[in-house]
Amino acid sequence: MEHITDSQGPLWEVFTQKKSGQPYQHAGSLHAFDKEMALENARDLFSRRGEATGLWVVPASEIVAVKPGDAAPFFDPADDKIYRHPTFYEVPEGVKNL
Amino acid sequence: MDTNQALFQYCLRLGDTNLILGHRLAEMCSRAPFLEEDVALTNFALDHTGQAEALLQYAGQLEGKGRTEDDLAYLRPEWEYRNMLLVEQPNTDFAYVIVRQWMLDTYQCLLYDQLRQSKDAVLAGMATRFLKEAIYHYRHSSSWVERLGQGTDESQRRIRQALDDLWKFTPEMFAADTSEIALAALGIVPESADLLPQWTVNMARVCDKAGLQMPSGDHASAGIKSGRHTEHLGHLLAEMQYLQRAYPGAKW
Repeated sequence: MEHITDSQGPLWEVFTQKKSGQPYQHAGSLHAFDKEMALENARDLFSRRGEATGLWVVPASEIVAVKPGDAAPFFDPADDKIYRHPTFYEVPEGVKNL
Repeated sequence: MDTNQALFQYCLRLGDTNLILGHRLAEMCSRAPFLEEDVALTNFALDHTGQAEALLQYAGQLEGKGRTEDDLAYLRPEWEYRNMLLVEQPNTDFAYVIVRQWMLDTYQCLLYDQLRQSKDAVLAGMATRFLKEAIYHYRHSSSWVERLGQGTDESQRRIRQALDDLWKFTPEMFAADTSEIALAALGIVPESADLLPQWTVNMARVCDKAGLQMPSGDHASAGIKSGRHTEHLGHLLAEMQYLQRAYPGAKW
């Protein structure tokens, strides 16, 4: 496993929740030498002024990502199968989070 | 002693300790071991300076001579500062910064917790606000003590050195002056001596996790009561007060 590190310690990705019940969103990244330090640094960098109601920190090396070379099989949509796209539905009025 | 006068002295004592520590931490800006820690320490500097601002503003009102928090912060001579000698000690190395912070954070958590019950509503309100910050500072500083204590031979040596060296400033945290005695009798402030047992327990718990021997023995120091300071405060004030002394009344 690749371990991302330098003199500042391993890299961590930070996710914040803006309001209770909402999904966690990527906020940025930071360096820290352990979990507690990562959480404290995340607080100081991303939630000190009440920007968040929840904080996650994840070691960047633990995140599994699609390699750029694999983009085509992963992301190119099957455009020939139009029934896969939800374009045949009327969106009811007043629905905000679809 | 007049209650307002006693409370003025008390707020000055708390305010100055925060002001001087805030300045010491501000000196760490761009000098911490790495970027995230730099941000953390300067955040703490702002927290302490903010607490100082509120306390000195209240002190100025209690004194009733029209002095503002800025007048109190920038225009007093050295011997009128009532900060703990602990917080004026220089940023010798990162271990000193952390141990100084941890000793005071442990103390402030206990003090502010008690002050929330103060019969003085303003003080109680401030303590409630400050306690949240103090708990966070404590979490940060105590976790660093554990980390450095359990770290390399070098980090262990340095944290032990800082602890042994700064320990002599412990007694004044728990020494009462006449204003505190008067206010404690009225239920406005706790007696700081009562905070000592829990402070010792909390310090010992972290020392234990860090693998550090808690120092014993003390050397009485009397900055708060007498206005005597170590040689470091004068240099700090020269820098902190420079602007207001050179350009009186300067604002931004």
